[in-house]
Amino acid sequence: MFVLVVGGGKVGYYLTKELIDAGHECVLMEKDRGRAEAIRDEIGSVVIAQDGCEGKYLHEAGANRADVVAAVTGDDEDNLVICQMAKHHFSVPRTIARVNNPKNEQLFRHLGVDEIISPTRMILGSIEQDIPVHELLHLAALGEGELEIIEAHLQPGSPAVGKVAADLHVPSGCSLFGVIRNGAPAPLRADTVLADGDKVIAIGRPDCELELRLQLIGDSVEA
Amino acid sequence: MKAVIVGCGRVGAKLADALDRAGWQVVIVDRLTAAFDRLPSTFGGTALRGDGTDEDTLRRAGAEGADLFLALTEGDNRNIMAAQMAQEALGAARTVAKINDPLRAEAYAHLGIATLCRTNLMETAVLAFLGQATGNQPGIYAPVHGHAHPLGLDAAVPSSAPEA
Repeated sequence: MFVLVVGGGKVGYYLTKELIDAGHECVLMEKDRGRAEAIRDEIGSVVIAQDGCEGKYLHEAGANRADVVAAVTGDDEDNLVICQMAKHHFSVPRTIARVNNPKNEQLFRHLGVDEIISPTRMILGSIEQDIPVHELLHLAALGEGELEIIEAHLQPGSPAVGKVAADLHVPSGCSLFGVIRNGAPAPLRADTVLADGDKVIAIGRPDCELELRLQLIGDSVEA
Repeated sequence: MKAVIVGCGRVGAKLADALDRAGWQVVIVDRLTAAFDRLPSTFGGTALRGDGTDEDTLRRAGAEGADLFLALTEGDNRNIMAAQMAQEALGAARTVAKINDPLRAEAYAHLGIATLCRTNLMETAVLAFLGQATGNQPGIYAPVHGHAHPLGLDAAVPSSAPEA
């Protein structure tokens, strides 16, 4: 696979190295000449000391035959433009952008970036899993990010405790599909009685979250 | 009529003043407070410090439902991102982004935003001044698809999953 990596910071540097080690064809673009030279000395001639936002240099780097373009600079606006140019101008089948401000994720998806990696979001998710302060955890985003898998940890006092699943007012655009009780997974049936300590797994649109929280966690919990 | 301008450089400040005089309700955004020194003391609009590529900042500036949104910072990519955010996420009616790289200026016109290319403008102006033939490079590229979802994407929401 031919991968074009744009941005020679720590992420781009290690990404390029790993890709080459894994046997992929790889070109790294880094606009800072000093930085580009330093990486070239180490990993060889795959480094191009040019700005990957410029169509001309993307072309020279072989964007028109790239299978994947990964934009991993530290600037969200640059990563957006790199992916859009790759997609629109060079018909690259798969574009991946690093996003620093998690609020940009949705916009980037909407603007055609295929995959979005948000280190901020990932660290946040990790912290929330270790210390479940929110009781509603985001486990994963699905597809284009239109759907997410959410885990709700039922606490004593949750409005759902003692109810059968069929009696819950699940918002439309959302579906409850499983429950983890005492570490054992089970499907959530219409007659399943929910208990304190259950972890309910839901799949739904991000905008269903508020209603889902009310149903499963209650309104006493800070968002 | 409401205008939001991102970037209080010479062009941004001058346009802010001109629109303000013409009776527009103007909000100008810049990352540096010092940039607002370029505005004349008579400026009657609002100066807001903040990052023009941050959605919250643009909301505060009133980009939602603005009649005009101008992205005029020194960074081509920042302008591109601010303009697309204003147009696609916040629904600004008319958007212009300054993009000095002619290639990107043309490419983004095809993605639905009007782009202003100072490189082309100046080249044309200088050649005309010298009495030379000017090329056909426009200073402003009109959006090709108008207000549309670029790349043919649709903001489709997946159909509701069946309830449990």
